[in-house]
Amino acid sequence: MTDDPTSSPEPWEVMAENIDMISGGIPWGRRMAFRFTRIEKGHVWGLQPWKERLVGDPDTGVIHGGVLTAFLDNLSGTAASSALPKPRFVATLDLRLDYMRPADKGRDIIGEAECYHVTRNICFTRAWAYHESRDKVIATAAGAFAINKPRSVDSMRTM
Amino acid sequence: MADNVETSRPSRADEVRAFITRTPFAQEMGLQCEVMGDEMTMIMPYQEKLIGNFMIKAIHGGAIAAFLEVTSQAQVFLVTEHLLRPPRPINLTIDYLRQGHAKDLYARAEITKMGRRMCSVRAEAWQDERAKPVTTLMAHFMVAGD
Repeated sequence: MTDDPTSSPEPWEVMAENIDMISGGIPWGRRMAFRFTRIEKGHVWGLQPWKERLVGDPDTGVIHGGVLTAFLDNLSGTAASSALPKPRFVATLDLRLDYMRPADKGRDIIGEAECYHVTRNICFTRAWAYHESRDKVIATAAGAFAINKPRSVDSMRTM
Repeated sequence: MADNVETSRPSRADEVRAFITRTPFAQEMGLQCEVMGDEMTMIMPYQEKLIGNFMIKAIHGGAIAAFLEVTSQAQVFLVTEHLLRPPRPINLTIDYLRQGHAKDLYARAEITKMGRRMCSVRAEAWQDERAKPVTTLMAHFMVAGD
């Protein structure tokens, strides 16, 4: 945060301050039970807990790939918003997921997303899902997000 | 059915239906499938919990992507008699074309190429008009025998 009271905070600072609201405000996000754990400019981290209701293969207890898609989509979109100098909504244009290895049964999944390039209209992102470190990923994602029309900083608090 | 008389094994259509009813995540999304021979339509009835944005009452993109992923997985499973369990995805690309409104979603998947080890699939989800898809997906699945 800057000490100058007249300058408005950057979007990522507002998002980092309201990190719990960002996580809990969306019905589908609540059902999936994921949350954001850390937000920096253009780089966010999150946690997707293992839940019985998210299992995609009842024989192995492994979480369904679709859970990771939603998780990394959300992290990537948030990374994109957090990279922008002004508060903007972003909408996913496309997202590509690569599944490297199945997640372990019963274990939480850590997610990380960064926005590595921004043009006037588009944010480009990449993301990782893993148990311990990025050296042993469960899935990776590459995304492109369209930057929407302006909105007020206040609206981000209830995102 | 005549061809089921000689064997007690469930038909592949029954196995696909069982996959949907037995899989917790498919149940969480409230999925229903209608199998017609080697074709299938998946339905995701509208539910409040699928919302991703309250202000515009839009269905969460991640929920639609997961819906398409299950649809393509089920479609591949439907036509690969040698597989004992639903195929595992290798990768997928999702195109978000339109907003998913607060109403039922339908999806169909089509196999573009069935190989011996890999299979290429396209799927699309729509609401009012099939010609105006909400989201499309392209995916690869492993279909090598277990």
